[in-house]
Amino acid sequence: MIEKTVAELSAALAAGDISSVELTQTYLNRIGQLNSELNAFITVCEDSAMQQANAADTARAGGDSGALLGIPIAHKDIFCTEGVLTTCGSRMLHNFVSPYNATVVERLNSAGVVTLGKTNMDEFAMGSSNETSFFGDVRNPWDTKRVPGGSSGGSAAAVAADLCAMATGTDTGGSIRQPAAFCGITGFKPSYGRVSRWGMVAFASSLDQAGPLTKSAEDAALMLNAIAGLDEKDSTSIDTPTDDYTAGLNNSLEGLKIGIPRQHFAEGLNSEVEQSIRDALKEYEKLGATIKEIDLPNNHLSVSAYYVVAPAEASANLSRFDGVRYGYRCEDPVDLEDMYKRSRSEGFGDEVKRRILVGTYALSAGFYDAYYRKAQKIRRLIKNDFDEAFKEVDVIIGPTSPHTAFELGSKSDPVAMYLEDIYTIAVNLAGLPGISVPAGLVDGLPIGMHMVTNDFEESKLLNIAHKFQQSTDWHTRKPAIKTEEA
Amino acid sequence: MALDRSEVEKIAHLARLHVSDAEAEEVTTRITDILALIDQMQSVNTDNVEPLAHPTDAVQRLREDKVTAEINRDELQKLAPKSQDGLYLVPKVMD
Repeated sequence: MIEKTVAELSAALAAGDISSVELTQTYLNRIGQLNSELNAFITVCEDSAMQQANAADTARAGGDSGALLGIPIAHKDIFCTEGVLTTCGSRMLHNFVSPYNATVVERLNSAGVVTLGKTNMDEFAMGSSNETSFFGDVRNPWDTKRVPGGSSGGSAAAVAADLCAMATGTDTGGSIRQPAAFCGITGFKPSYGRVSRWGMVAFASSLDQAGPLTKSAEDAALMLNAIAGLDEKDSTSIDTPTDDYTAGLNNSLEGLKIGIPRQHFAEGLNSEVEQSIRDALKEYEKLGATIKEIDLPNNHLSVSAYYVVAPAEASANLSRFDGVRYGYRCEDPVDLEDMYKRSRSEGFGDEVKRRILVGTYALSAGFYDAYYRKAQKIRRLIKNDFDEAFKEVDVIIGPTSPHTAFELGSKSDPVAMYLEDIYTIAVNLAGLPGISVPAGLVDGLPIGMHMVTNDFEESKLLNIAHKFQQSTDWHTRKPAIKTEEA
Repeated sequence: MALDRSEVEKIAHLARLHVSDAEAEEVTTRITDILALIDQMQSVNTDNVEPLAHPTDAVQRLREDKVTAEINRDELQKLAPKSQDGLYLVPKVMD
């Protein structure tokens, strides 16, 4: 039962084949068996999960329904959860029990989900391998010597290993899509502003966006139905109408125009990954789509512009961690400055400190035009590339990552790690919706296909992903969780 | 652009971070590497390009100025490393 999609579980709950209590207990048991190996969860909420499951079963008996009622979920530990530890993968927040819920959490609670726990992540969502977490590495369920991707690595590993039915994540430069690709699941980043950022610990405010990590595109649509839409508490939340994201899932793709960017099929791409994506594109041709090559001529500048915008915004956002109101404070500070400096230096890990330093430098007196303003101009060029492309095509498709999951500890150079996100970062800079779906296996490891549509075309993107999953079975492949001892 | 150690120390002070002697060399090298990556964007002429601050060029949404939430001071101050009588405690600031 635990391997099933949310849509399937929802039907089973509605039919009375299983109760939420039984389902929740099964997931909790599996977390108990596998979490010591995978380290996907930082916190497991056994008691409150069972209470929520009981409440969901009672509500159902009383006539309530709803696609997510009684469905067990895990939240990335970047989302504030009332009364539950919310660490953001950092020593800085190792003791932070949130006094309130993020809007995403609140909306899912209203839909009747059962929260199993909080998932591990790169510290403050800064990383592409989940190796920067204060709470240790997450292991990829397909091969525990490999990374799950990051920063939503715990959520991706938990969904892939059937430790939960679905999970939340956040994506600033690829942090939902790349771990989804590495773990063989579906990861969906909605348009910037589609989902509220309120109560989500801020990394780079003009790029951050929450979204689902699920076992299918249909499940992503079900979760998006619950979390999308205007939130008065987030001033950048967009006031445009939301759809029923499941309504158009089965629309025909006859006449769909697919663009494949030359820049995403160039040097650096593993040839077997490329072949898997080209095979997947043939499926779309069978479904009536046409394919043409396009250009995103400024794509190669996306990583450099991102590493100004994201660190600059992070350096401002993370200035709130000062050891005064919450979080970590150093022992015996001699004065206020000593307290600030030692609390921050001991509370933050190396990657977070590097990014704060880079961002502080970029924003410091005399450098603003050369760095932040320049990066914003590059951002415009990148957005213009997409605008041009979408005059000719409906969707842009390529690989999510240049290769499959790499081994733990194999990328110690930060710049090499940054280049991991070469295909996903431009989408955040342009604010577009993007999805990664499983599209093959190379040497027993999953690869992800990355698809992008224009602003607020979430329904179309989910339709395109769903139709692929109706005609292929890559998304149903499961890891045979090989542990090192086994 | 290559940074030297004194520049890194200046930035670290602005960010209220402490870089120890043991870390200084590595931090300086790493930051210099990252700035080299960033400097790739300097090769492009952007003279007449409008900066993009928000992905959909949206403007700040305004709302009526009314009370919508209550702040529970006791609840929030439970999170503080040190507090007393409703105040946050920090090391002495003035003599």
